[in-house]
Order: sequence, then C-alpha cells, then structure tokens
Amino acid sequence: MAFSVPASLEAELDELTTHYPVKRSASLMYLHALQEHFGFISPEAIAWTARKLDLQPINVYELVTFYPMFRQEPLGKTQIKVCRTLSCALAGSGALRDHYCKKLGLDPHKHVPQTTPDGKYTVEFVECLADCGNAPVVMVNDDLRGKVSLAEADRVLTQ
Amino acid sequence: MAEQFKLVLKNADSPGYTPDMECYLKHGGYQALRKALATAPRDLPDGKKLSPQEVIRDDVKASGLRGRGGAGFSAGLKWSFVDRRSGKPIYLICNADESEPGTFKDRQILHKDPHQLIEGMVISCWANDVKLAYIYIRGEMPHGARILNQALREARAKGFLGKNILGVGYDLEIHVHRGAGAYICGEETGLIESLEGKRAYPRIKPPYFPAVLGLYMCPTIVNNVETLAAVKHIVEMGPVNYAKLGTPNNTGTRLVSLSGDVQKPGYFEIEVGKVTLGQLINDANFGGGLKPGRTLKAVIPGGSSSKVLKAGEVFKLKRKGADGQMTTVDVPLLDLPYDFDSLQAAGSMSGSGAIIVLDDSRSMVETLANLSEFYAHESCGQCTPCREGALWLAKGTHRLSHGEGRKVDAEYLLHIAQNIQGRTICAFGEAAAWPVLSFVKKFREEFEAHGAAAEAARKNSTSAGTHQH
Repeated sequence: MAFSVPASLEAELDELTTHYPVKRSASLMYLHALQEHFGFISPEAIAWTARKLDLQPINVYELVTFYPMFRQEPLGKTQIKVCRTLSCALAGSGALRDHYCKKLGLDPHKHVPQTTPDGKYTVEFVECLADCGNAPVVMVNDDLRGKVSLAEADRVLTQ
Repeated sequence: MAEQFKLVLKNADSPGYTPDMECYLKHGGYQALRKALATAPRDLPDGKKLSPQEVIRDDVKASGLRGRGGAGFSAGLKWSFVDRRSGKPIYLICNADESEPGTFKDRQILHKDPHQLIEGMVISCWANDVKLAYIYIRGEMPHGARILNQALREARAKGFLGKNILGVGYDLEIHVHRGAGAYICGEETGLIESLEGKRAYPRIKPPYFPAVLGLYMCPTIVNNVETLAAVKHIVEMGPVNYAKLGTPNNTGTRLVSLSGDVQKPGYFEIEVGKVTLGQLINDANFGGGLKPGRTLKAVIPGGSSSKVLKAGEVFKLKRKGADGQMTTVDVPLLDLPYDFDSLQAAGSMSGSGAIIVLDDSRSMVETLANLSEFYAHESCGQCTPCREGALWLAKGTHRLSHGEGRKVDAEYLLHIAQNIQGRTICAFGEAAAWPVLSFVKKFREEFEAHGAAAEAARKNSTSAGTHQH
C-alpha cells in the first residue's frame, strides 16, 4: 500500500508547525504523530517529514536513530515497557521482565524491543520511567502501572 | 516529629482536587498572575526606579529560590544573566523532562495541578519579556502532555494566555513539546538542541550560555517545573515570607522523591533544611523506616548522579554558633539537614531531590552495575571520554557483578571514571563518573572481594581442569 498521510493528520501537523518560528523544531512532534498513526517510522515517513519541514531525509533519520522512543519496524499491539533502572531493579523489575519473556517465548537477555511472532506483544526493558515511588513500574502502551506484582503482570497479558 | 509542609502540592494532594480550570479557580487560581500584572514600579533608595517586571525579577532573587532541577542555582540570578539588549526575542522553556533516576516529583505537578505550572510560567514570562515559551515534557508522559494541552486551551479561553492577557496588552503563547526518551534532554543545552529538532547534543559553554545564545541563538531561560511553580507562590506570599520558609540560603519548600529500601516510598514536600535525611528515611510521616530486620547500608541522596553516602559516615559541617562565630561540627549521615548546602558539604548533592535508600541486603557492586548501565545507554555519544568511558564502566561493573571480574577492576573503574569527569562538554560526564568514584572508594573492599573471588574461582576451575587430563 502506498504511503499516505490522512488529510486530517496533515492539517493537525500543519497547525503544529506554526508553534515554532523555525519549521525544523516540529520534527519530533511529526515523528510522534506519524508513529502513533502508522505504528512505526518508515523510510517513507522520514521522507515525507523532511519534505514537509524543508529538510534533508538524513536530518530526520538521525533523530529516529537517536531517540529511543522511535521505532523503524512495527511493534506488537500491546507494548510492555518494564523499567530497568535502580529503584525498580531493587523492587524486582528484573524478575518481571524475565517473567514476561518466559511467558511469551522471548529472550530475557536481550534489551532491545522483542515482539512475539503473532504480533500481539512487544516487551522492552527501558530506563527510568520517573515513578520510582511505585516501583516496580511497567508502562503498557500509554498507561503507567505501579507496584506491579507477577499476578498483575499476568493480568496485562489476559486483558 | 518532623512534618511535611505543603505549599506547591497543597491543592494537588487535597481530596477531590482535579486538574481543570474550574477547580483551580475555586482554589484561588490565577490570583497571583493578577497580582503580578498589577505590580507597581518600585523606587530604590539609590534613586533608581524598577519597572513592574524588574520588581518581580528582583523579588524572585530576594526570595532565595534555587533551581529545583538539580544544580540548585539561584533562579533570580539565572534570570539576571539574560541578555536583554540583544534586540532578539527572549524564550522561556519549562524543563519537564523529568528523568534523573529516582525522581518523580515534577510528574505530580504536571498531572495533578497543571494550571499552577502555567500560572508560574505566565508570571515568569511576563517578568522576562517573553512572548513565546515551551514546556518540554518527557516523551514517556503522554497523559501529562494531554493534560497540559487541555490546561493551556482552558487558559487561552479565560484570557490568561494568548493575546492581550487580562487586558494589560501582554501577548504570550505557550506550547507543549514532547521529548522521545533521551535522558540527555534534561541537560538544558541538549534540551534546546532537541527543541530545535536536532539530536540532543549538549552545547559547549562558553559561548553557548542559554541566557545569551539559547534557543535559535536567542536569549533563553530554562527552568524546572517545580521552580516555575514556586514563582507563583513567591508572588502570592511575597519574597520575604517565602524566604522565611526553609533555612537561610536554602529557602522555600522542596519536593523530595524517596524510593528504594524503605517501608513507604513516595514523594514529600518539606521546608528545605528543616527535615533531616534520617527523618525522611525513618519517620512514620515519611519513609517509615527500613524493612523489618534490615540495617542501612548507603544512601544515594540526590538522584542517581549524586555521590553515594555510606551508613555511619560523619561529616564536618560549618555552623554559626550562638556567639555568631562559625564553628565546625560533626554531623552524622542521618542528622544531615536535607538541603542544598549540607549535602554539598557532605561531598555529595541534593540534586533533583531524589533519595534512593539501600539496605544491608544489597550488593554495592550490583547496584553500581545497574547505574553504570544506565549511563552507558544514555550517553549522547558526542564526547569520546563519555561515549567510550561510560561503556567501559558498564562492562567493568557488569563483569564484576557476574563473577567474571578481577581484583584490579576496582582500580580500573576509578581510573576510567577519573578520565571522564571534567573532560566532557556537559555535566553528564560527572554524572556517569561520580557514582563510580564514590561507590568504589567507599566500598572498595566489596569490589575487591568480588574480583578476588572470581579470580580464585577461575584458578580452581583451571587447576581442576589440569587434573582431569
């Protein structure tokens, strides 16, 4: 299917561009919006963003490779980010991540996002999610969950 | 017993409080903005006259407010560095990229009381002749971004933002800008690069001091969420009353994030310096003490980048005696007042106000390995000592914590860390080096024992192997 940005999304992004005196500033917001819509950032999305903001594709590509939140391949329908950093590690986030990987048949030694073959889940070990008082913390798509027990971790998979 | 003092979070944490405009107005919202905009010019004893904007700037300086993001630098002084003669627009950016491990306090303001931040920002922008401002929020806070956007829409509709604010002829626009998962964006010049749509490579200072050459090479103020929220209260209660809160040179209130091995992790608002580290960890009002049967091993007092403090340490602090003379007194770790100056005198820092507690069940080697992995992941890669060194630190601590180290690794880690600090464009180099330097120096025997045990195990397995042949 050819790459096409819906008119409503394009209008939204055109409005966003006006927030900045220099168009290039809107790059990150474009990439967020395109990733939300398409699920990941394709070479076509990079080229489209560059065209819209009068940039070279490399100016956009170097953002996609620098900022950890941007993806270049489709991820699972449910994205599970387990916090790896100290307060969560002290509260057992390593065991949580291992639990997810075991249940879903993924490699617990890999830190990069891993997606199940059926495309349902992506599990990733991420750095501090800034909710350390509720450690261990897991982010499921846009929602943050705190004090996650193994039973609570399982509930994420059955919902 | 030490108590919390709720100022910034007074409303946010009261039952039934919601983040919408109606609720904020019911709680006296935007009255401080009205008060600020009605400020009268002030005559100084030396015959000089301060404009209303200069009065607010002066008040913020007089309040003693110090930046709540990490450096603890005087907010008023930071504002005073702004180049106001360049003829270029002045920008203000709210740093809401809360990402120092252990810190979760700005999140409370952003999600529960966004209008307080916006009011503080509008006042700060007006006082500094700013017409365009941004809130740079962490990419991992999508709900926070939505809440802020909604609050900004409400503020525009009520005339607190946009054209001709409250009819005084002042125009200001504030936009939300989302980061995308890079810790380095919390560093103000990295944040500015990121807001310009580039990789967040921090800029070298000099010449790129944001107050002179910031966003789009224009004078720029970057303030933390909590700092800007405090500005609202300084205007509301007056700088003299604000400075009565806390302790001299450490004025006001501060949000403290407490996590790790305590019974009740959470965030607390305290008068700066009125509560000790021991009270924060042990009092029923705060952390509620360690877990049953455990003893304290160490405290990371100001975010993961701060130097670790060891249980039982005693620090030399300068105190003013009853006779007004400065004397040096011995202060044990748990009696350290939680403020900027005391933590600095103890050789560490209160940083972002994040305390991580470690009890005697913890391995310092594993703990450091966790932190070093964070810094290796988050180095932006611009400066060689940091890009390479942070990775070596992670590898060194990893092998020690996995029984593959050597006894000399303790020395090796110190050597690398010493060659990172002071040799990078931004303070990330120090942030990566300081945990290593402090952990290894204060718990050297633990690091060497790990290395020695691994060496002995390898020797045994080699000799066992020889016998089999």
